[in-house]
Amino acid sequence: MELLNSISWVAVSFHTLAAVVVISALLVVFSRNIVHSVFWLAACFISLAGVFMTLNADFVAMVQVMVYAGAVCIMVVFAIMLIRRRDMGDTNLFNGQTVAAAGVVALVIMLSGFLSFKSGVVVPPGPVPVNQVDSIATAMLTKYVIPFEVAALLLLVALIGAIFLAKEVKADADSDS
Amino acid sequence: MGENIFVGIATWLRDVMSSAGVPDLWNDTILMLVKLVTVLVFVMLNFMVLNYMERRIAGFIQSRRGPNRVGPHGLLQPLADIGKMLGKELYIPKSVDKIVFLLMPTLIFVPPFLIFAVLPLGKNMAAIDMNIGVFYMFAIASLSTIILWGAGWSSNNKYSLIGSMRAVAQMVSYELPLILSLLGVIMITGTLNMSSIVEAQNNIWFVFTQPIAFLIYFIAGIAETNRTPFCLVEGESEIIAGPYTEYSGMTYAMFPLAEFVSMIIISAMSTIVFLGGWLAPFGWTFIPSWLWFFLKMYVMIFIFMWVRWTYPRIRVDQLMGFNWKVLVPLALANIFITGVGMYVFRAIGWWS
Repeated sequence: MELLNSISWVAVSFHTLAAVVVISALLVVFSRNIVHSVFWLAACFISLAGVFMTLNADFVAMVQVMVYAGAVCIMVVFAIMLIRRRDMGDTNLFNGQTVAAAGVVALVIMLSGFLSFKSGVVVPPGPVPVNQVDSIATAMLTKYVIPFEVAALLLLVALIGAIFLAKEVKADADSDS
Repeated sequence: MGENIFVGIATWLRDVMSSAGVPDLWNDTILMLVKLVTVLVFVMLNFMVLNYMERRIAGFIQSRRGPNRVGPHGLLQPLADIGKMLGKELYIPKSVDKIVFLLMPTLIFVPPFLIFAVLPLGKNMAAIDMNIGVFYMFAIASLSTIILWGAGWSSNNKYSLIGSMRAVAQMVSYELPLILSLLGVIMITGTLNMSSIVEAQNNIWFVFTQPIAFLIYFIAGIAETNRTPFCLVEGESEIIAGPYTEYSGMTYAMFPLAEFVSMIIISAMSTIVFLGGWLAPFGWTFIPSWLWFFLKMYVMIFIFMWVRWTYPRIRVDQLMGFNWKVLVPLALANIFITGVGMYVFRAIGWWS
């Protein structure tokens, strides 16, 4: 009993979740079947939400589940189904671009590290506030309202573009027949 | 009387364990486990009741008797069905993706059960009283889509695939009005906590102040649970049984089970958000709060079943057109009117 009480359960859950995140992310890449990759991607996103939960960031965790596991995976599913092959066996193969890929990955890691070092965000000490939604909403609609609206406009443009493309294909198909 | 029976049991269990010298951490863990197992048992019992209720109501509406042979008034029919389902062979077709095929019926029950953990089933009776409960519910519910799709895809059958693609299109589309319809209530209460939303309806239920939102929520809720008028996912006359075509025995039974549980959740959510949750109408507090909750929830479930056995199935193009051209604009207009109304009422001092 003494031993069990001395374990930091947050640390245990963090390491378990981190292991699941890394393993499932690797399996996304190594699965030969692209549909299996999508399921591993969902597993990766959900366990990442678990990591946010251990940081007491409930709202961000739920955004992660809803937007990534719920919506992004479905988008990938639609993309796969639109370009579907008869046999899904070998749809997620490797190619020979190892050097270029290594360069891009190194660049991304260095850039994100540099930016997070440069941003200088200081985490205030003390417990995390219980009600995070209010402060996120206030920040989003006052200080960051312009980036927020720009992002919304960008999504709207993408939506109109998608509808336009879909309509175009339909008109062509009609004229052919 | 009876008001504090479940809360009392939880307090009693905690006291017994702490007096037996169990450390607080283990005490909390065991108590949470007991709560969640209770929720699971509750869900299973409800499934059996609903299975029987659905068939009896269907019989009543269609002028026939429904199940009435097993036990008095056919009450043991669900048990017999479960026995039959458990006894059936799990047939796995040759060309299915075996792991995914068997994993998806197992997982389909997980999101509804996770949602049940945060529903306040009575005063102080949420297993976990989550601060962002409503948002949590929608986030978790959105996971059902990919599981249903996986079931259809792994069957490697064109009817299954068509059915599962319909499921994806329908569930993703109808999630939008479902969430937008609740935004009006969330704007008025200013909270995402389900218990606080219930307490905010002390004076008037939101079904009276937000009637359009309630209607939109109800329609979108039927579509989310894939029940008739919107049961295109398993439209028998078109695509055999949709994603469930290749499943048999218990693997098949998990899908209707999950459907019934989602129906309970949609009814429970409409009770919590629009019908005053556990609050007693007319001050009739002699009936305990949890009983009020179940009465309201079962009225909602009855209306769901009534709709199911009354209306025919709609077409796919009607389904999408109705969602994007009617429900979503209506929900957005409702949000706009609610926002304007809040400012007007504040300005003239009727509401603070």
